[in-house]
Amino acid sequence: MDALVNKRIKQVLKGDKDAFAEIVDLYQHKLFQVCFRMLGNRHEAEDIAQEAFVRAFINIHTFDQKRKFSTWLYRIATNLCIDRIRKKKPDYYLDAEVAGTEGLNMYSQIAAAEELPEEELMKLELQDRIQYEISRLPDKYRSAIVLKYMEELSLQEISEILELPLGTVKTRIHRGREALRKQLSKQPNFL
Amino acid sequence: MNACPERIVHYMHEYLDGEITREHELELKTHLQSCVDCQAHMHELSNVVAFVKGAAHVKAPADFANSVMARLPKEKSHAGVSRWLRRHPILTAAALFFLFMSSALFTNFNEEQQFSFTKQENVIVEGETVIIPEGQVVTGDLVVKNGDVRIDGELDGNLTIINGTKYMASTANITGTSEEINEVFDWLWFHIKDGAKDFISFFEKEETKK
Repeated sequence: MDALVNKRIKQVLKGDKDAFAEIVDLYQHKLFQVCFRMLGNRHEAEDIAQEAFVRAFINIHTFDQKRKFSTWLYRIATNLCIDRIRKKKPDYYLDAEVAGTEGLNMYSQIAAAEELPEEELMKLELQDRIQYEISRLPDKYRSAIVLKYMEELSLQEISEILELPLGTVKTRIHRGREALRKQLSKQPNFL
Repeated sequence: MNACPERIVHYMHEYLDGEITREHELELKTHLQSCVDCQAHMHELSNVVAFVKGAAHVKAPADFANSVMARLPKEKSHAGVSRWLRRHPILTAAALFFLFMSSALFTNFNEEQQFSFTKQENVIVEGETVIIPEGQVVTGDLVVKNGDVRIDGELDGNLTIINGTKYMASTANITGTSEEINEVFDWLWFHIKDGAKDFISFFEKEETKK
């Protein structure tokens, strides 16, 4: 597959835009999945995954063809996701009253987003439940866990994608597993 | 569980990463057999992994690829040129070099309208004419720009005249080569030859050094 991808990249470099369509075809599901797991929202995931491909196209001359293309692509996508997550973090005052609600401030909003009441949790389908738990992980652990268990990548590859030492990746996965264990152990039936 | 060494939890993660050594695995197994709390911990971690791995593969929407292609920037007309330049850095450098070199040469040719010549002994200058008097011998090369040369005596070396004429008496003698340069292209050719000579002598020097 790498040989085919490199061939297509060379065509793109020569100005053949259509050759890029094949690259998109090959990686679209992987990239969309990472973005979806990171962001927890199909709309945003689609937007960011598309943006990742556009960035890859614009910067394709900076890609070193001796390296793995998917690693490079994943790196662009995870960086965009992390940027998006950080931008989403509230930059407004937490105790400001939310418009249209009486006595309801951002504290109660966040609490609601962080933890659903148990009866609500019970109603969630398993797939939604998995996504819910993943989205509650801090973004550092989330990216490592998503790449490891949902994209099924090796620790070495994850370290290249996140541009982190192998040891740091392992620590993040360990802490991510422990964090999930704590999240799930509060609710019965899962562990 | 408080009594359990911290490394046991670490071994659990090593085990889950599939990167545990035999000794660590043995220690972990022995410990788990005797410690209910750690057994539960290990069990929960394994369940966490199974839980996360249970995530279904999600697929990109059907029109995803088309949307990406539509979002790609339109190629500007000069993009082809800049790509070519990027892909051929040496040719680009060479082209730039020649561009600057030739422009410098042309401007030099037009600007240097002043009379000048190589300073040599036994040479007389009258107006814009350089004269080697009868019976005199000049050793070394002579270059005259924008002026004439009259040779009555002897020149032991090369003579180059740029934008000028050469008058020779019957007694005149030039041991080296003599050339007159009056056109832009001659001028250019002269410079190239000159550069090549320097270039070659540079290598010769290098070789003799060795």
